[in-house]
Amino acid sequence: MSKELLKIENLKTSFRIKDDYYAAVDDVSLTVNKNELLAIVGESGCGKSALAFSIMGLHSRATIEGNILFKGKNIANLPPNDMNKFRGKDMGMIFQDPLTALNPLMIIGDQIGETLLLHNKNLSVNGRKVKVIELLKKVGIPRPEYTYNQFPHQLSGGMRQRVVIAMAIANNPELLIADEPTTALDVTIQSQILDLIKVLKEDSHAGIILITHDLGVVAEMADRVAVMYAGQIVEIADVYTIFENPLHPYTRSLLNSVPNSDETNSRLHVIQGVVPSLQNLPREGCRFSDRIPWVDSSFHEKNPVLHEVSPGHFVRCTCYKHFYFPHESKEEKQNVIS
Amino acid sequence: MWKFTVRRIFVMIPQVILLSVIIFILAKMMPGDALSGLIDPNIDPATIEAKREALGLNNPWYVQYWDWIKNAVQGDLGQSFQFKMPVSEIIGQRLTNTFWLALLTLIITYLIAIPLGITSGRFNDTWGDRLITGYTYVGFGMPLFIFALVMLWIFGFKLGWFPSGGSVKPGLDPGSFEYIVSKFKHMLLPALSAALIATVGTVQYLRSEIIDIKQKDFIQTARAKGASESRVYNRHILRNSLLPIAAFFGYEITGLIGGSIFIENIFSYPGIGQLFLGSINIRDYTVVTSCVLLFGIAAILGSLLSDIILSIVDPRIRIK
Repeated sequence: MSKELLKIENLKTSFRIKDDYYAAVDDVSLTVNKNELLAIVGESGCGKSALAFSIMGLHSRATIEGNILFKGKNIANLPPNDMNKFRGKDMGMIFQDPLTALNPLMIIGDQIGETLLLHNKNLSVNGRKVKVIELLKKVGIPRPEYTYNQFPHQLSGGMRQRVVIAMAIANNPELLIADEPTTALDVTIQSQILDLIKVLKEDSHAGIILITHDLGVVAEMADRVAVMYAGQIVEIADVYTIFENPLHPYTRSLLNSVPNSDETNSRLHVIQGVVPSLQNLPREGCRFSDRIPWVDSSFHEKNPVLHEVSPGHFVRCTCYKHFYFPHESKEEKQNVIS
Repeated sequence: MWKFTVRRIFVMIPQVILLSVIIFILAKMMPGDALSGLIDPNIDPATIEAKREALGLNNPWYVQYWDWIKNAVQGDLGQSFQFKMPVSEIIGQRLTNTFWLALLTLIITYLIAIPLGITSGRFNDTWGDRLITGYTYVGFGMPLFIFALVMLWIFGFKLGWFPSGGSVKPGLDPGSFEYIVSKFKHMLLPALSAALIATVGTVQYLRSEIIDIKQKDFIQTARAKGASESRVYNRHILRNSLLPIAAFFGYEITGLIGGSIFIENIFSYPGIGQLFLGSINIRDYTVVTSCVLLFGIAAILGSLLSDIILSIVDPRIRIK
């Protein structure tokens, strides 16, 4: 068996708006290995969540093209009944907003127990309860027996996210998808939840896809990083390379936008313009070109593809070779690259 | 749960008191009094005045109110001018009729609303959904009294499938099987007519609620657990969608009262609604006030019932 757990090939997820189809995820290829945490980074609306939902088969009205190979089996466009054998068992998903991800009318114990019940019909009611309480303990709920009978509205956001995690890991899935698991939480709870995910990874050796827009989280958690922009992966590399030697203009702009406590007087870098909406996405050429207008258009590729610049480090479009920030001099930057 | 229910019942008491005060004042504001209908032009005005004084009609309104409410609580709602009988007795007979009719209407309403709402919400924007929404639009637009007349004309008169008036066939032994069947037969057409119109609001509610809940995050959570579509619908969507239906239940009862006035008159069904309209026509004030009080209490009880149902199904409402 190879180490490859999930292999996505040329995935294209399109949504119908009126009579046209628009691809929210466009030609994405990536792999996730066992015991590896792949972070997917990008602005809101760049297709991160659409990608995650495509993997889980949770889009009800999207057209999915390309292959999603999970342990060698293509699960793209699998009918829901077949998909349900994987979902919750081999693949778990942690959702973005714990406040809305739990059914308000079911007690916590039943909600976690449901994941167990659906994939293990032989488990007795008591056995299930014991297992659920074990899970609650594992995710760090202080009074598991008590929480078992509580309703979601009686728990804080952090506690609810732990419950959501407990549901996702109930059957020890080999692949865990965490869709911005800390976005809705405050900072102290964020770090607790991230620590929990780290511990779970060490315990289970599962492959994890962590979707986030927080570069701090990426630096702390990830083994590899895929940077997405406008539905495409623009750069993918291991975490050290991304932070030490980012190449794509978008990656560099993102990193440059992180506030730096050393330079107290300088202005914060802001990426010009906005992410184009799904309907207005440029379908040809470099999708980022509109937001770096000072870079001459001749430097962009007509049909940008991923170039392997060093083993495992891929960058889309050749414009990275000519990119510089407006406040830097052009020559200075080009010296660094060459 | 019990605490909540008891507290909710206590809240009801001032509501009922306020209701009775308003009804009493409105009744007093109507021209004439209990004697005006009985006055013979040959009677000496002094005698009338003496009678007024003796009946306490010259007392301030709060004294009169107290007298009225004291008797009402003991079941004495006064004398009907039309029937020359105690009001409580007249209402008593008709209340049972109205109660059974209303119950049957409610049952039919939900029997229609729940399957239609679920189908329409689950398969929204399919031809089936469009058909059901089409029906609800027609139902919203159709006045109950016209629809009931059409039903009566088609099924009661033209086809003759149902009796077209009364609440039971004359000459049957009360309590016998035939008697009950005949009662049911008499109720069916009025109940069906009322339900077909009353149900459209509930269908629409349920439909939009299901469409709304379908897009909630916890539904995706359930799917991500590997729950089948039918389980997602039955365990997660349906229960959440029924919450507003439970909340709507009280209004349903209020609507039923309004509906009963039309329905009972059109089908000449001897219930409270028919009594009410008849009494207004001949200015039988004691009966009218009693009916209004009864309707008001029914509406308050309806909302109490929805609150209790809601507190059972929705854990967020229970008071600790």
